[in-house]
Amino acid sequence: MDKKRREFLKIAGISTLAGLGAPAVVDRLVVGSSPLVANATTEADSGGHGNAADSHAAPAAHGEEHGAEIIKTGKRYGMVIDVKKFYDNPAMAEACVKACHAVHNVPDFPDQKEEIKWIWQTGYNNAFTEHSHYYKDESTEKNNVLVLCNHCDKPPCVRACPTKATFKNADGIVAMDYHRCIGCRFCMAACPYGSRSFNWRDPRAASNLQDLSKINRLFPTRMRGVVEKCNFCADLVGRGEQPECAKVAASSRAIVFGDLNDPNSEIRKVLKENYTIQRKPSLGTSPSVFYIV
Amino acid sequence: MYDSGKIIPGLIIFVLFVTFPIWYNHGVAGDVPKPELPKDYKQCVVPTTEMRVSHMILLDEWRDEVLRTGDRAYFKLEGKMYQKSLQNACMECHKSKKKFCDTCHDYSSVSPYCWDCHLAPVE
Repeated sequence: MDKKRREFLKIAGISTLAGLGAPAVVDRLVVGSSPLVANATTEADSGGHGNAADSHAAPAAHGEEHGAEIIKTGKRYGMVIDVKKFYDNPAMAEACVKACHAVHNVPDFPDQKEEIKWIWQTGYNNAFTEHSHYYKDESTEKNNVLVLCNHCDKPPCVRACPTKATFKNADGIVAMDYHRCIGCRFCMAACPYGSRSFNWRDPRAASNLQDLSKINRLFPTRMRGVVEKCNFCADLVGRGEQPECAKVAASSRAIVFGDLNDPNSEIRKVLKENYTIQRKPSLGTSPSVFYIV
Repeated sequence: MYDSGKIIPGLIIFVLFVTFPIWYNHGVAGDVPKPELPKDYKQCVVPTTEMRVSHMILLDEWRDEVLRTGDRAYFKLEGKMYQKSLQNACMECHKSKKKFCDTCHDYSSVSPYCWDCHLAPVE
């Protein structure tokens, strides 16, 4: 009870020093066991002769962030759209949109604010904002370009999604798991192509989905409060078929679909023979949809 | 105690009233659900007992395998091929949602949201 102030300060000082010093001493004794120490060694020397297992996390996170190299393993499905062929036959573009929206039970909301679209037509200016628009030729001026989700190799929507509801699957398709979607719409903000639509209302209330016995019975609908987008017909492609839009345009070969990583695929042949452009390439998303203009 | 003549009967009435659901339903478990099983098929993908307990886990696994890893492996049952799908495989044999799914789900008071998106068979 009658501790002196002076003695109390002495004890407090010594215990503080001991408390701060002890971990450092322990770290010295057990080399590399502290994550701090392990990270420091890998940072200095990426070969890392420290504790390999411990330092594993740091370079992995690093690689993901920079990711300059496009990994050439596995599949990466892509699409080439020949814009000129659609200019010649605008009805075909309409048919593509119609077929896609029918097969995926996409609700038809006429109000633009709640519109849902997987594939649609837009002006050249909107599709290719980075390309010159001065003194356009007549057919470019007059016609629209068919646009859809680009299934980017580095999809910003996937990075934005907090629940992993949207992800890149094994085939390089940027897909959605609607069960996990919480409707935060971060992905919509992240997507530079406007490829994503939000279900503000129950999609089954839309005029074309009201009679559930008349819609495509093999594909589900969505529910209110989820984001939806083109899935490159992952279900059909997984079974070795072509996506619906490519099927519609198959006769004129206006849409060519295939594996970009396979050097012998048809799509690679088309890409080799034609000059193509991508949408907003400077953003570094590396889209998988190419346009012959 | 003042007014014990009123308080004690009041308490008894209160306790009886609060425990009403317990003694009123005592010994009655309700009718055990009898989901209608498909007549033409004898065998399910997984034994019935296992299915009863963990069909929801199986469906979740199927979903992740098909969507994320692209593992769509078909399975063969009684000479017919099926895909991993609630809408396109399960409901092909269990043709009625009302007579199959709903019987147990209603009984155990669970309401899964499968059919907000997936299409139940037309009945």
